[in-house]
Amino acid sequence: MNHLIVAPVALPLVAGALCALLGGRRPRLAAALSLGATLGLVAIAVALALHANGGTVQAYLLGNWAAPFGISLALDRLAALMLVLTALVALVSLLYALGGDHARGAHFHSLFQFQLMGLCGAFLTADLFNLFVFFEVLLSASYGLLLHGDGAGQRERFKATVHYVIFNLAGSALFLIAVSLLYGLTGTLNMADLAIRLADLPPDSAALAQAAALMLLVVFAVKAALLPLYFWLPDAYASATAPVAALFAIMTKVGVYAIARTTTLLFRDGTDGLASAASLVFAPMLPVLALATLVLAAIGVLAATRLRGLIAYLVVASAGTLLLCLGLATRDSVAAGLFYLVNSTLVAAAWFLIADRVARARSSGDELLQPTALARGTWAPLGVAFFIAAVAVAGMPPLAGFFGKALLLQAAGHTAWAGWTVALVLGSSLAIVVALARAGSSIFWKPVADSGSTAAPRHHAMHTAAVVVGLALVASASVFARPLSAFTDAAASQLFDRRAYIGAVLGADPVPPAYDVRREMRDRGEAK
Amino acid sequence: MNLLLAIGIGTFTGCGVWLLLRARTFDAVLGLTLLSYAVNLFIFVMGRWKTGVPPIVNSDRLATLADTTDPLPQALVLTAIVISFAMTALLLALALRTNAATASDHVDGGEPEGEAPR
Repeated sequence: MNHLIVAPVALPLVAGALCALLGGRRPRLAAALSLGATLGLVAIAVALALHANGGTVQAYLLGNWAAPFGISLALDRLAALMLVLTALVALVSLLYALGGDHARGAHFHSLFQFQLMGLCGAFLTADLFNLFVFFEVLLSASYGLLLHGDGAGQRERFKATVHYVIFNLAGSALFLIAVSLLYGLTGTLNMADLAIRLADLPPDSAALAQAAALMLLVVFAVKAALLPLYFWLPDAYASATAPVAALFAIMTKVGVYAIARTTTLLFRDGTDGLASAASLVFAPMLPVLALATLVLAAIGVLAATRLRGLIAYLVVASAGTLLLCLGLATRDSVAAGLFYLVNSTLVAAAWFLIADRVARARSSGDELLQPTALARGTWAPLGVAFFIAAVAVAGMPPLAGFFGKALLLQAAGHTAWAGWTVALVLGSSLAIVVALARAGSSIFWKPVADSGSTAAPRHHAMHTAAVVVGLALVASASVFARPLSAFTDAAASQLFDRRAYIGAVLGADPVPPAYDVRREMRDRGEAK
Repeated sequence: MNLLLAIGIGTFTGCGVWLLLRARTFDAVLGLTLLSYAVNLFIFVMGRWKTGVPPIVNSDRLATLADTTDPLPQALVLTAIVISFAMTALLLALALRTNAATASDHVDGGEPEGEAPR
């Protein structure tokens, strides 16, 4: 077994625990440890991605129990892609936090590392109940992170966190009901085993299996911010501290990932001989809900009065686009979605950081979309960053968001949803362009009386570094668009070849023990 | 017994959802607690509950489902209890802190217009 597969879970766990111990007394050491662990996570994730690109799905048996009985981790291209993305977003967000935000409350670094542990675990696990546990790990860390930060906006944060916690706890209850229902029906929680067992269900349990599948969809839609369930997102993301909001750019993607995994592994058409009662229960709903999410996100973007609120709706719009890609459920549309996911996650993280810089540079200190004076010397760098990020998020050439949307429109051409997809994806992009142009001109171009009179804001080299790294990642997603799209293409093919995943997870052999304790005890007459 | 369990789970869920929909943090905490009781019972029942048989395979019993209960739902319930207990504690702490910061236990962090504070 390749022990590197468990490293993305183990490393943040150890680092987070050490940071919790060090946190109060040795803040500088905890920060260094956190940065080191995040850099290590980037290295591990890249190594795993190169490894996964070989094309075989690799299973890792936690506790060395044979497959359907113990908990398995599985590494395929999709999981590896999500790991790399998580590590990169975490690095950008942590760099920014080191510019001062990490000291605005206790235990930032340990919560940050536990959040990473939950994220990596959720992407790697091949067990449905274990997915629930990792969801809880990442959620409980995110509750703490959302509350992080003293001073300005604390009241807003309390309010948003109360909503966020209650909403997600209700979601967790639903997740447990769905998981235990599936367990009651099939007697297994291993997702590979579940895919086979669902195909053998007697017809009288079909309705229950469908109910469980739809409950899972509701739970994942809460995380992914799909239409009737996204209302928690704008408040939560707009009130979080900047680096936390940047890290949360990956949080909606957990829901998207879970929907991608379950629609391709458990609940999909039986063309490969694994037809089940719960096949295709998501299929009729996802495109409709995703398109409606896009429309409402476009309206939200246009109606936003604060920059952070606008960006939060950009996140909702990207979630809508991604779920549309999954809902169209062809190999090409999923490949397009995975490509778009990389760009949209990186750019959303960069956006939250830029918005924070903009707010700090303004004389009013807020981020209302009304003209006010910018501090001397900040106009040009912030304007350039704003422009690059706006081009990337709106899906304009030459940056990768354009390729993602182009691939989606191309893939949608062969489906029943072609007309709606083209109209609404292009329409929402137009709304985003208009909203960003309006926001940019009111922040940077509207003349104000006391322009240039305010002093330069408190500035930290780490802030610049984080924004530059974030935008460089967005740009490199465009420069390396070809290898990236080859990877996402292969990842989509791998997702649609579920027999390979099932075979790899169920076929993984436990490592023979170095010492057979039972036999030794038998030999010495100490056991029956 | 099945009917009793079903009614129990239904009652817990119903009360939990009703309390959850009220706009006060304390009611929401109670609602979530009741909901988690319902969920725990539900997980337990999904493992085909039996009385009077152990969840361990033993040399003087045949290792069939007639002679043993499925131990996995019990492990799942334990995990679920631990998580929901911790989350309730966290939510209570958060509710207290919000109450102190906003002088109201309304979930929106302030009394709505036209409604007398309780």
